[in-house]
Amino acid sequence: MTSEPADTAVRCRGLVKRYADVVAVNGLDLEVERGECFGLLGPNGAGKTTTIEILEGLTQPDAGEVEILGSGWQRNGRELRERLGISLQETQLGEKLTVGETVRLFRSFYRRGRDPEEVLVRMALDEKRDARVGKLSGGQKQRLAVACALVGNPELLFLDEPTTGLDPQSRLQLWQQITEFRSTGGTVLLTTHYMDEAERLCDRVAIIDRGQVIALGTPAELISSLQAANVVEFSSEPQLAEGSLRALPGVGEPHRRGSLWSLPVGSLAETVPALLALVERSGSRLVSLSTHRATLEDLFVALTGRALRED
Amino acid sequence: MTVRPPLVELTSCRAKEFLREPEAIFWVFAFPVLLAIALGLAFRAKGPDKIPVGVVAVSPADPAAARTLAELGRSPALLAHRYSPESGQDALRTGKISLLVEAGPPVVFRFDETRPDSRIARLEADEALQRAAGRRDAVPVRAEKVTEKGSRYIDFLIPGLLGMNLMGTGIWSLAFSVTTARNRRILKRLIATPMRKSHYLLSQILGRLGFLIPELVILVGAGWLLFGVAVKGSLTLLFLTSLVGAMTFCGMGLLIASRVSTIEGASGLANLTMLPMWLLSGVFFSSERFPKAVQPLIDALPLTALNQALRGIITEGRGLGGIAPQLAIVALWGLASFAVALKIFRWR
Repeated sequence: MTSEPADTAVRCRGLVKRYADVVAVNGLDLEVERGECFGLLGPNGAGKTTTIEILEGLTQPDAGEVEILGSGWQRNGRELRERLGISLQETQLGEKLTVGETVRLFRSFYRRGRDPEEVLVRMALDEKRDARVGKLSGGQKQRLAVACALVGNPELLFLDEPTTGLDPQSRLQLWQQITEFRSTGGTVLLTTHYMDEAERLCDRVAIIDRGQVIALGTPAELISSLQAANVVEFSSEPQLAEGSLRALPGVGEPHRRGSLWSLPVGSLAETVPALLALVERSGSRLVSLSTHRATLEDLFVALTGRALRED
Repeated sequence: MTVRPPLVELTSCRAKEFLREPEAIFWVFAFPVLLAIALGLAFRAKGPDKIPVGVVAVSPADPAAARTLAELGRSPALLAHRYSPESGQDALRTGKISLLVEAGPPVVFRFDETRPDSRIARLEADEALQRAAGRRDAVPVRAEKVTEKGSRYIDFLIPGLLGMNLMGTGIWSLAFSVTTARNRRILKRLIATPMRKSHYLLSQILGRLGFLIPELVILVGAGWLLFGVAVKGSLTLLFLTSLVGAMTFCGMGLLIASRVSTIEGASGLANLTMLPMWLLSGVFFSSERFPKAVQPLIDALPLTALNQALRGIITEGRGLGGIAPQLAIVALWGLASFAVALKIFRWR
């Protein structure tokens, strides 16, 4: 048994979880340092939630080892729970209770928690203190879920898709709270299928697909591994041949989704004129053309040939 | 902001959730009283009804029929009307009258022997006609009429409604609250905290028991104030028996909710559990009306035993010794339900 100094918050090796007809997690390794914000990025059904619930001690893995804050779930699960804050994917809390009652209830479970009032203020919920949970908006409910996770004064915060379905303003508010929690030395492990969330919040990101880590690093490292700073997306009528696109200067692996081609490129100034000339030459007509800086989304497309969000 | 111990917080949250559910308040507190009032009025004690009988008249001015009608009219138990032969048969068949009389001689009584009211009507009609013809009593008799409190229908009903309410409240409150919490993944969220599972389950039971005293006071009080149904036995024993009953049905509610994850599933199981007891366990009518062979089974049901114990205390004034076997049956159901529920309970 390795009793690592306490600079590792989460460590797991060879996690496997099978359900009746699918392998949700397929030999997954992770290591999250203390004080870090670590993101599991992947499409729906990639195994993010199963993974985070195994780490939270809520799901029993079929194989693999889990170590949280230097201890395991079998040995002292209850002690460990004192040190964790958890927000599940789409948890609903008692609708008939008020915001204040809910946070006080969660506070009562912890020996050394925070002042519920202070957490309410911090999460901008103090004005909603006496509102019923059932009457809250989606953003307010999500902030309440995070408040319930924070009120135990955790060292490690697990957030499963904290901003899914939220409006932009609520997302920003929640990001602020997460950043604030980190500034006090807290560790965060979150799952998301929003690449901008991962890029903005996370020190390191593991891209998960089909129950495995397919890429790991800081957002900057991951994006630079594309070896293309920009992405050109275009469609034309009739379509251009893949071979002719590969032959363009400075183009990485082209990907097609429907009629839309996506080309990772090093320099827009070099590739775009060449692309336009190619369209002209082949007697084709340009239907759309756009460019953006390369993102984790593009990396995911490059790695799997599929989009992060199928919508 | 002061924070109380987890069991106190959990129980107070459970009680608040209940109080903020207007339907639940209605079913627990108002419904049994309304039911008692409705049934108490419908079956209130009044003088015995006169039994309707018919006399066949072959023509509008049938002298024999007119004489018979007059003789029957003198009976305090009968209400006689004139019918044509056909309409008389119709009235008998449809139950409008209990007996059809053809003036004699010989006098003919037409009636269905399986109907108790028809048999009484026949005896009363015979008595009236024979007396009119000059029959005298051979032996002098004196009748003493009794109407004692404790033997009316409402006296039977109030303990039964109390038992039914203890069952319904216990089963519904636990089954609904726990299933909803599982369905909405609140249970899963709770066990992700250091909360003790026993605290959660205990709070569900305490949250329900908190309403036991108001429930008892309202139903027993309404029975007493509106219908004069007094508790003959000890109030303390009534409370303790109700407490045991409430706990037992909490256990059964927990058992129902131990694995299902939808409200529909829990409702189905709860109805399946309660429906046989509503019918069999002597809430609205005595369970002794069912065949003798099934009596031991019916007696072993928790609601039958609870109702017998409650009737023993309220209407017969029995002490602990007199209801101990029933109380033991109730408690056994409770213990068994809790034991199985805790063993198979799913937290997610």
